[in-house]
Amino acid sequence: MSKKDDKHPEVPTTGHSWDGIEELDNPLPRWWLWTFYACIAFAIYLFIWYPSWPISTKGAWAGLGHYSSRADVAKEIKKYNDANAAVDKRLASADLNAIEKDPELNSYAMNGGAAVFRTWCAQCHGAGANGAKGFPSLIDDDWLWGGTIQDIHQTVSHGIRYAADPDTRDSEMPAWGDQLSKAEIANVVQYVLSISGGQADKAAAKAGATVFADNCAACHGEDAKGGRDFGAPNLTDAIWLYGGDVKTITKTVTYGRKGVMPAWSGRLSESQIRQVATYIHQQGGGE
Amino acid sequence: MTNSAEEPPKLYAAQEPIFPRRVYGFFRSLKWSLMIVTLGIYYITPWIRWDRGPNLPDQAVLIDLSTRRFFFFWIEIWPQEFYFVAGLLIMAGLGLFLFTSALGRVWCGYACPQTVWTDLFVTVERWIEGDRNARVRLYKAKWDAHKIRLRLTKWFVWLLISVATGGAWVFYFADAPTLLQQLVHGSAPYIAYVFILSLTGTTFLFGGFAREQICIYMCPWPRIQAAMMDEDTITVAYRAWRGEPRGKHRKSADADKLGDCIDCNACVNVCPMGIDIRDGQQLACITCALCIDACDGMMAKVGKPRGLIDYMALTDEARERSGKPPKPVWKHILRLRTIIYTVLWAGVGAFLIAALFLRSNIDFNVSPVRNPVYVTLSDGSIRNTFNLRIHNKQGQAHRFMISVTPKGIFGTTVQGQKDGMVTVPADETGSHKLFVTAFRNSPAAKAGLTDIRIWVEDMETKDRVYKDTVFNGKGR
Repeated sequence: MSKKDDKHPEVPTTGHSWDGIEELDNPLPRWWLWTFYACIAFAIYLFIWYPSWPISTKGAWAGLGHYSSRADVAKEIKKYNDANAAVDKRLASADLNAIEKDPELNSYAMNGGAAVFRTWCAQCHGAGANGAKGFPSLIDDDWLWGGTIQDIHQTVSHGIRYAADPDTRDSEMPAWGDQLSKAEIANVVQYVLSISGGQADKAAAKAGATVFADNCAACHGEDAKGGRDFGAPNLTDAIWLYGGDVKTITKTVTYGRKGVMPAWSGRLSESQIRQVATYIHQQGGGE
Repeated sequence: MTNSAEEPPKLYAAQEPIFPRRVYGFFRSLKWSLMIVTLGIYYITPWIRWDRGPNLPDQAVLIDLSTRRFFFFWIEIWPQEFYFVAGLLIMAGLGLFLFTSALGRVWCGYACPQTVWTDLFVTVERWIEGDRNARVRLYKAKWDAHKIRLRLTKWFVWLLISVATGGAWVFYFADAPTLLQQLVHGSAPYIAYVFILSLTGTTFLFGGFAREQICIYMCPWPRIQAAMMDEDTITVAYRAWRGEPRGKHRKSADADKLGDCIDCNACVNVCPMGIDIRDGQQLACITCALCIDACDGMMAKVGKPRGLIDYMALTDEARERSGKPPKPVWKHILRLRTIIYTVLWAGVGAFLIAALFLRSNIDFNVSPVRNPVYVTLSDGSIRNTFNLRIHNKQGQAHRFMISVTPKGIFGTTVQGQKDGMVTVPADETGSHKLFVTAFRNSPAAKAGLTDIRIWVEDMETKDRVYKDTVFNGKGR
């Protein structure tokens, strides 16, 4: 079927014809064949030089070149760690108040702190540091134990109610269920609601004020604005760690609360702790 | 008619060597000038200096990948203005469409780097090894001392050109004088050597050996061009009605039955693609027009009018054959297709020029923090956080005032600043955190979304720019 084209008598056609258009059967240029062979040779080189065939369940052919992308990453990490060694050392021993005023230290701490936070802190406090029920938001202006860089540094280093660390911040919201009657608890809940701008039963709140003064004011203060020595929350503001509705406050008063934050000294380096403290301090709530 | 039964067609064919002959004429001269201009632009551009003040590079054309900036004389393109580059590429594409539909493969024939460098390499070849006949003889000769000497000389000169070509490329990406010093001292960045080496290799291979194979087998453009050409496209063609039947003119009786083509093969011998234009339009023809020069020279010698091979449109062939004059050139060029390409091309160009003059010297991005969308503060007010990136495209550090409208219903603070004022160093991008607070029980705090506008004012120039965004309240 293949016939010769009038204009190209030397080239046969493939015999395919579409609406009278025929396909010339030109030979492939030979150099094209060579590039194909070169690709095969290159593939063989790749297989021999680089990790390739899985030989056994224990591992694969490591390649004559012993290339490892993991080693590349380790090398790169080491390169940056070496480059940052000086500033890292400086950060670990700098005056805490001076970090944010020093552009080099601050930039290093903010970038490193973001990474530390996402790795170790975000599980409880959230990627945006906005917390969750029982885990405080770190970006508002309310601090249980203080929001200065020193306070944050202390909290991160030694944790809160973390038994293994002797320097940990410690206090307790006791369970009042054994010591107060249900009516007293109901009244003090109404009182707490009334001072924080919530809707409250006025008579019950008045009765609750006495209960508060006798039992709660020791930690939360006469004015209920809390106390950072005990990590006692301010009860007059709009922020609630566990929730500000009647049911949750009643539960808090009845059974107590005992949130724990682990101590990070020993697990993170001093420089990393300072990085994350600096980072948290600049998320909008720092004092 | 089949020959596949007795003798199957060959699957692979060796490259046919091509020995283009020296030619003189208008189009050859035009190509020489274009070669000088295009090569000149390529080699010299990185060395042009352009003063931009103390903090910026003084190279007129510089693609600075380290700071992600593109400098072109008085224009400075930042990465977020990459649409300028995209626009230029679109214009280049539309320009090619326009030229192809009007004038066929002029790009291929005159301006394509592959054509220009191959032309240069062939010229070198001719200087060293002689013109067509000498080169054919040398090709067939045994590898004796003479042939080896000529070949080595030729390859050496090719290599010099290739190194200069690969070398010029890297100067577009770094300060040329500094990089040249580094290259000479062996202290240039590793990547510079990689590029010089690979571009030297490709120039040497493509210009010296691959040549027409690149156009025929590798380049996609010839295939795409077929879609842009039609019977009105002016392209290089052979006036078959005038030339045929071809034959050597003799002083014999039947000489006047012959056409003007004297079958001297001059057009074939000068062709860098090794084709015969008398076969008609074909894929391999790059319309370099050298066959026109060759044929015109021959026609002058035998006392015939020029233009047996000429720039012409396909429709003219039929008209001329029937004795009618060809359509005027402007009628071929001015048609719907070329008008559409021109309008599109000019439209993109006008847009780019307008964008270039309208763009501000300050530019900023707002990205609202959406995790969380808002924060409740202890006094019950609602706060949103916005990450601002302010680009200061000026040669000096400037102070910028950040504010929010509508005024009076929000409190604003900038992280680390007391007065909403930030300083961005010259030619840098400053990252700042803007806190916007709606007071307790204010409409914005209670609503779902409130439209707000963030302003950045340059305190030095008083330029103001804004970005619209939304404030998230508790209502959603």
